[in-house]
Amino acid sequence: MTCKTDIIGEIGLQFFGKMSSSNFHEIKNVLAIINETAGLLEDFSEKGIPADPERLRSLALKIMKQVQRADGIVKTINRFSHSVDRPTDKVNIADFLTFMVGLSERFAMMRGVALKPQPPDTPLLITTAPFLLENLVWLCLDFAMDAAGSGKTVGMSAEKAENNGVRIRFTNLDGLTGSMINTFPTEREKALTDALRAEIINDIGAKEIILRLPCDISGQP
Amino acid sequence: MRVLLVDDEKELVSTLAERLSFRGIDAKWAVCAAEALKLIETGQFDIAVLDVKLPKVGGFELKKKIQEKKPDMKFIFMTGHGSEDDFKAGSAQTGADYYLVKPVKIEALIEKMKKVLG
Repeated sequence: MTCKTDIIGEIGLQFFGKMSSSNFHEIKNVLAIINETAGLLEDFSEKGIPADPERLRSLALKIMKQVQRADGIVKTINRFSHSVDRPTDKVNIADFLTFMVGLSERFAMMRGVALKPQPPDTPLLITTAPFLLENLVWLCLDFAMDAAGSGKTVGMSAEKAENNGVRIRFTNLDGLTGSMINTFPTEREKALTDALRAEIINDIGAKEIILRLPCDISGQP
Repeated sequence: MRVLLVDDEKELVSTLAERLSFRGIDAKWAVCAAEALKLIETGQFDIAVLDVKLPKVGGFELKKKIQEKKPDMKFIFMTGHGSEDDFKAGSAQTGADYYLVKPVKIEALIEKMKKVLG
């Protein structure tokens, strides 16, 4: 028996696994901090170490802060998991950019790159495939972080495009070179742009890449 | 026992260092490879406890850098993987002989450090 996996399904699974495991790692970090902070309180009590009320308060606040952090991670991963619920849906681009930054932040931090979403002034709504869009934006972001380089900030902005579509710009890619754009988009991004009826434009002069999206992919092409 | 703790979660390493000090263990901490290497230059350590996923320079790479300066130092890795099996599967070629999965029990960490140091 042979099994032929389509490229979108394959990269989609890879993306889902990557994002899920990264966010679960993050939760383990939160648990580790809560564990040590609670352990410190236990040490104070068990070893009879005097601790002033202000110190105790700061440790309680530290635990509460981590609970909030875990709550944010769970909300992000929950939203991400539900993005496969519908093949197409309305997507608010401003909200989407903020969500994508939250989802990708750990990867950016590991590379020493900061992400700065710059939401549009006016609401931008498109009808698209949410999970495929997340996957494509992640791949663009992954490339953009490499092109920006360590210590830099990648901007993500959006604006209205022709026929009520949207352009998402990945900006400040100071290290973007001719040889880099020869390798991007790859077959993976091309498969996703085809499915989303989107287009990727590399603008080496402006040091940015642009993702152009149509306003509605739910109808016939 | 002199320990260097390295993890990008400052609140984790600073608290862990304080708890180790209550148990008579001299622990210093760093939140990235650059800070860790500075401490290595100026301080004496028997063992380093490294997070696998550190910003810019990861834990396994940091281990190599430290070994170039301090060949006798011992290492334990801390990981946010879901389980030990999960970590083993992904790190077979890294030389991570000793590791603990977060959240770590302090007694387990101390026991592991003693085992590694013989």
